[in-house]
Amino acid sequence: MKIAIASGKGGTGKTTIATNLAFCLSQQGRDVQLLDCDVEEPNCHIFVKAAINVSQSATVPVPKVDEEKCTGCGTCGEVCQYSAIVCMKGKVLTFPELCHGCGGCQRFCPEEAICEERREVGVVESGEAQGFLFGHGRLRIGEVMAPPLIKAVKQAAVENEVTIIDAPPGTSCPVIEAVRDSDFIVLATEPTPFGLNDLKLAVEMARVLNVPFAVAINRCDVGDDAVKNYCAEEGIEIILEIPNDRRIAEVYSRGELASEHFNNYAAIFTSLGKHLLNR
Amino acid sequence: MKELTVISGKGGTGKTSIVASFAALAENKVLADCDVDAADLHLVLEPEVIYSEDFSGGKRAAIVSDRCNRCGNCYEACRYDAVVRDVDLDEVLSYNYHIDPIACEGCGVCVRACPRNAITFEPAINGQWYRCRTRHGPLVHAKLGIAEENSGKLVTLVRNQAKEIAEQNNLDLVIIDGSPGIGCPVIASITGADLVLVVTEPTQSGKHDLERVTELTGHFGIETLVCINKWDLNPEVSAEIEKLAHKRSTPIAGKVRYDNAITEAQIKKLSVVEYSGNKVAEDIKSVWNEVCDVLTK
Repeated sequence: MKIAIASGKGGTGKTTIATNLAFCLSQQGRDVQLLDCDVEEPNCHIFVKAAINVSQSATVPVPKVDEEKCTGCGTCGEVCQYSAIVCMKGKVLTFPELCHGCGGCQRFCPEEAICEERREVGVVESGEAQGFLFGHGRLRIGEVMAPPLIKAVKQAAVENEVTIIDAPPGTSCPVIEAVRDSDFIVLATEPTPFGLNDLKLAVEMARVLNVPFAVAINRCDVGDDAVKNYCAEEGIEIILEIPNDRRIAEVYSRGELASEHFNNYAAIFTSLGKHLLNR
Repeated sequence: MKELTVISGKGGTGKTSIVASFAALAENKVLADCDVDAADLHLVLEPEVIYSEDFSGGKRAAIVSDRCNRCGNCYEACRYDAVVRDVDLDEVLSYNYHIDPIACEGCGVCVRACPRNAITFEPAINGQWYRCRTRHGPLVHAKLGIAEENSGKLVTLVRNQAKEIAEQNNLDLVIIDGSPGIGCPVIASITGADLVLVVTEPTQSGKHDLERVTELTGHFGIETLVCINKWDLNPEVSAEIEKLAHKRSTPIAGKVRYDNAITEAQIKKLSVVEYSGNKVAEDIKSVWNEVCDVLTK
């Protein structure tokens, strides 16, 4: 079973839920793997004390032009929708950082003057953490292409009883890549106007993807009731409520797991895990 | 005219609450919400929309089924698994093809690979953008459609619109609310900016993400200041962050204490400096003064 933890708004507890859930399920003897798909700002490894033992480069294909074969016909530039290859006055220029790797320029070059080389967008690292498997990606600084790296993180993973995916915040292409083939999405939010606005976007996303979902409310006793009212109106299940407990904030700030320190949180995340697996 | 971009690396550190306060404190400025994926600034500023327009950042393919001869070229050519093949129940060994609009990257390879001209390729509407009036001056914001691409292009559009308004009205500052992360939309919101303010929090995650985001601003050679929000939640990690910021030559613009007034203000649709006259508001004012000093030096 693949469970993704996502949210419209950042900082609403995705990583807290993903790491504590993985830890508690693993403590229950489940075969667990945790994939941190927030490749721009990965944080799970801090909390689960991951020991990385495999690191591989993640690459995307980009065009390389053989100038001897190239006649400067300009077909490649017409094909490319991303301005990653342009032909000016019979001379072809490439802009690899804009390339989406569709392969169009190579495929349609009438002179077969284009081949592909690999460009690194980041690294995929995997290893073990507290009895479960762990994997994440680290996007190269200055790189815009997060989705291919997220794909690589998921491809490097093995089939497991439970896979937990920590998604990046938002609702655009990196999030879609992270959650699209999940069996269930937990949408983290907080009971504030920003939290509600961004939850609505995340709900729309889950509906577009046609993946079943439920809501987790973090710091559930601050703010107002608008998130709860919205969930009630829309018939959305609230699967988890985490109180605004200073102890959690402190443990979190040190980069540690609440369920490792406090029995009541271990119980909360264990029962969340059981509930999710029994669906 | 100067551009100030506020980003955070990690999400939920209080970027938008700080920008809303800057909006109340700054004079002669335009606001640009470049978190096009999950924009929130408008919730505090209650804008009156004076102009809106659809945004198209690219094209999208669609198969016209009665022109399709089911050759499968498109299926074979697409690298994004966006051409979906279903078994045709009426005909043995035959498939029906359609395009999954969510997976489609708009590359157009299938369109050219089709021998029957059976694939259309029209501009996709990826979102909307808005020019608004608010009690704190002009605001440009946008909404990227759900599961859409091209967030970087939309960010650039919002920035350019805001700059245009600033130029037309002789306003000397654009304040940009950025998005979390270090990828496409963040890069589009900082390149060419005069100053970046990174809002972080005193947690190991906040520190880790600050390191990556200041590496990014360093990569593009943009002057950067750091603000530690909720600094008193963990004074030790806060001190570690100060040390890190010093080492990376990204000075601390100030520290803002934890106060529930930040949440209360949001619920009242006010910025913190409008809602409260207490110390947290003073903290934010002092960060703003520091930012102004650097911008005008």
